[in-house]
Order: sequence, then C-alpha cells, then structure tokens
Amino acid sequence: MEVVVAIIVGVLFAVGIYLILTQDLLRIVLGTSLLTHAVHLLLMAMAMLKTGDAPLLGRDAEKFVDPLPQALILTSIVINFGVTAFFLVLSYRAYQKLETTDMDRMRSESSRHRGKKGGRRS
Amino acid sequence: MNNWVAAPLLIPLFTAVLLIFLHNKLALQRWISLLSALLNAGVSVILMIQVRSNGIQTLNMSGWAPPYGIVLVADMFAVLLVLSAAIVSACCFWYSFRGIDEERERHYFYSLVHFMLAGVNGSFLTGDLFNLFVCFELMLMSSYALIVLGGTKRQFRETLHYILINVLSSTLFVASVAYLYGAVGTLNLAHLSQRIGELGPSGPITVVSALLLVVFSVKAGLFLFFWLPGSYGAPPAAISALFGALLTKVGMYALIRAFTLVFYHETTVIHTLIGIMGVATILLGGFGAVSQTNVNRILGYNVIASIGFISLALAVSNEDALKGAVFYLVHDMIVKALLFLLAGILVAETGTERINRMGGVLTHSPLLAWMFFIASLAVVGIPPLSGFPGKLLIVQGSLESGQYVLAAAGVLLTLLLLYSLIKIFILGFWGKPRRPREMKWKQPRKLLLSSAPLMLLIVLLGVFAEPVMPYMQRAADILTDPSIYIQAVLKE
Repeated sequence: MEVVVAIIVGVLFAVGIYLILTQDLLRIVLGTSLLTHAVHLLLMAMAMLKTGDAPLLGRDAEKFVDPLPQALILTSIVINFGVTAFFLVLSYRAYQKLETTDMDRMRSESSRHRGKKGGRRS
Repeated sequence: MNNWVAAPLLIPLFTAVLLIFLHNKLALQRWISLLSALLNAGVSVILMIQVRSNGIQTLNMSGWAPPYGIVLVADMFAVLLVLSAAIVSACCFWYSFRGIDEERERHYFYSLVHFMLAGVNGSFLTGDLFNLFVCFELMLMSSYALIVLGGTKRQFRETLHYILINVLSSTLFVASVAYLYGAVGTLNLAHLSQRIGELGPSGPITVVSALLLVVFSVKAGLFLFFWLPGSYGAPPAAISALFGALLTKVGMYALIRAFTLVFYHETTVIHTLIGIMGVATILLGGFGAVSQTNVNRILGYNVIASIGFISLALAVSNEDALKGAVFYLVHDMIVKALLFLLAGILVAETGTERINRMGGVLTHSPLLAWMFFIASLAVVGIPPLSGFPGKLLIVQGSLESGQYVLAAAGVLLTLLLLYSLIKIFILGFWGKPRRPREMKWKQPRKLLLSSAPLMLLIVLLGVFAEPVMPYMQRAADILTDPSIYIQAVLKE
C-alpha cells in the first residue's frame, strides 16, 4: 500500500512541477494545488497507512492508526484552500488589469511599460 | 506556565479582528493600531524582565504536556525579536497615518498588518515545527494581501511571483515536516533535538535538514533571493519597511533556531553549505546593491546582503558569533525599517525612484539628508552606531574559528554597502536641486517625526551597547547550549 501511495505522490509531484513550469497562469495555480495534494498524501503515508484500526479507540486498544498526521493534513488543507482561493482571485484580477494570463507576455509588457515611461520622462 | 507568553500573539490577532468592523472609521483605526503596537511593546518588556529573572518561560496550550501538545516558548532570543518587531511596527503605523492613502486604509490595511504581526510573533514564540508552519502561513497570507493592496500593474506582476515562490517553499516545508515525523516521530522542537541526539548523525536526517535549509532560505532571502528586490519595491514605503524589517528576519530566526537547537549534532555538511551560501549572498547582494539605480531596489539588495552576513555567524556557530548575530538581527530590523521609511519620504519629495533623476535634496530638506546619512553609517557599522558591535562580534567570532574567508567576506560587504548607500547620497542629495514633478503627499517632511524614534534607537543601541550586552549574552547562551532550552520545555 505504501509503495502505491509513494508512486502516486511521485506522479503528482511531477505533474505539479510540469504545470508550474508552463506559461499559463491558470495552469500554474492548478500545479501548486496538485503539489500540495501530493504533500498531504506524503504526510499520510509517513504515518503508516494500514495498521488495522481507526485512531482514538481508548487506552487499551491493541491496534490504532496515528491520528497526528491526519490532524496536520486537515490544518494544511484548510491553509491550502485559502491560499488557492486567493491565488485564483488574484489571477483573475491580474488578467483583468494586465489583459493576459501568459507569464512571458506579462514580463515583456513590463519592460515595454518601463521603456515607455522612461521615454515620457526624458 | 506563564500566560504572558501568548499575549504578543493574541494582542495583534484581536486588534486585527476588531479593526475589520471599524474599517470606515479611519481615525479610530489609526489610534487603535498605534495603541495596540505600543501595548505589545509593553507586554514584550514585561516578558523580557520575566525571562531575565526567571529563565525561559513556556506555555502549554490547553494544558497538554510538551511533547504532545503545542508549546509556546519565550527565551531571550525570541523576546528580543518580539520587542524589536513591536517597536518597528509602532513606528510604521505612525508613519502610515500620512504615508498610506485613505483608500488603502479603508481597505483593511491596518487589519492586514496586525494579522501579519500575529504571524511574525507566533513564529518567534512557537516551540513546535508544524505550528511554525501555520504561523508562517498566517504571516505570508497577510503579506500577499498587503503587497497587492492598491492594485497597480506593477504590484500584480510582483505579487504573482511572490505568491508562487512562497507557495512552493511552503509545500516543501510540509514535505520536510512529513519526512521528519516519519523519521523521528515528533514535531516539538526540543523533543526533536533530543531524539535526533539519541539516534546519532545519519544520512536521512541531514537530507531533511537540507530541505529545511532550502525552505527557510527562501523565506529569509539567503541565496534564493531572486524574488525579493522586485516584490519589496512594489508596495508603498510603510509596507516595504515592515517587509524589509520583519519578514526576512523571521526566516533568519527560523534558520538560526533550527540549526542551533535541532540540527546541531552534525555540522560538517550543512554548516559548510550555510557558509558558502552566506558568502555568495553577500557578494551577489552587495554587487546587486552597487549596480542598481532605483532606491527601493538598492535597499532590497541591502536587506539580502545583511541576511548573508548574519548567516556567516550561523556557519561559524561559536559564542561570540552568535551573540553578534542576535545583536545584528535586532539592529538590522530597526535600521532597515528606518531606511525604507526615509526612502519613502525621499521618493515622495523628488517624485521619482531613480537616483539619477534626483538631486539637491540636501538644500531643501537637510534633516532628511542627515538622517539618511546617519542611517547609512549605521548599516555600514561605523562605531558609535548600532551596526558596529554586532558586526565586530561576528567578524571576531569567525576569526576565532579560523574562518578567514568568512571574515573577509564580512569586511568586503561593509565596503559594498557603504558604496551603494553613499551613491544614493551623492546622486540624490547633492547636486543641483530639481523641482519635484508632482507631490504625492502633503508635506512629506512631517513624516520625519515618525522615523525619529527608530533613529534615536539606533544611536542609543550603539552608544549603550555595554548595558544591552548581557541580554544578548543570555540569548547566545541558549543558542550555544541547547540543553537549557530542552530542559526548560520538557521538564517543568
């Protein structure tokens, strides 16, 4: 089971990094979201997946799963939710303002913008 | 158990929530913000006195004993930084009464800064690795919003980069937490240190510590700083002052904490790496500062270069160097805030950020010019000012351990920074006065009053370095001997 999860984590990481390296803003946001999912799976796999029973069964339970990583994942999911929502809204506003979602064109526009400004001033 | 420890975290948090409801009442917002920052400074002083007389103070959240629950720990190092953060933020609030436009003030500027302060203080005080991640996120989320507040094109561009970099490093942070938990089975910093000590040096632990080094280096701007000069220049002066003073220092604090408390058993690989990164940061940051002509970018590179300098102390990790690092961190927070605030006034006076379009500011506002000059001397470390003792101790510490390359890099840094700041002075303040194109604010010179406390503090910290030194010594004692920290947290 751990091996399967490890492979999934690897694939998710690869896909996430691929998406982040693309030019499109929306893909980049999706890439970061996938990366955090990969990390959450990693965190869960680190605490052993199938130990035989649920957590919090009382003092004398023979088998139980470690509840702490699950609590950590829950916290991390909430944070990631907030960050992704903010990132998406920001991308939309950036699209409205800059009229492109292409990272390369944003940069070229920034240099053009600067050139124009310099020209006006001199 | 001491409930005061949670106060520096709770005061900004409650103030932030309160201010959300008052977002249309500007005057009330301003005064509540300033009062809250001053209250925080007061509480930090109380905490500092308690730490001085009774040793490290801890607070177990909800009464759970340390390895299981989250623990807040106030040792001298953390308390000194919390106090400096409170003072810097108070001055930045005062400055933003005039320095931030009403539109931003109405759109939750003060609330966001308070949320950021809660994150900053939380990062300083926490004794738990995952809690550190949560506080980092609190701080970063507010900084994302602050950096884009106002919504100019430049801000959007810089914010997208800034968020992406930080989301990536946070992802790596969670991954390293996962690996560490899998390998050692705990996340309490003191307990981690103990467990790793018992297990002895091993490959996996070194790899995890290298991953954490990457994470904290991105936050601190140590070597991985390419995002910093652009994003810190985008928002208005009061916000970049807070960023330059607080955010990178939190990353630096996390680095020092992690590599003196948790991963100190095996120093050959990681500490060498930190040394190399530090020297590279000094060179790149220093030459970056010299090559720029934009005031905000010059200051951004200055922030980077001094982070490199502090990391030299961590690479050496002996008593003198760490004492110097604590002193220099406190000094750097204050002086970087001051420089950004003064640069904000300079830009408002001249109407441009480029130093080759300025000139002659000395003739029409001499006070600004001389304050900037003294702040520059303090950054460089001219003796009666506060940069000197820290710099002396770090260079002395690296010479004691025979790290001559590091000491030489530290001295070279001084020359580069001096050149970059004097360049601003020569081009911006000397020369023929040019009429300002448009005045963005009414009477920017009145803002000098709110930078004055920081100025005073730099001079006092330099002149009265001797009475302050015992506090730095206390902080450095814990950094050189982690068992004091571990004892205080685990056996109460």
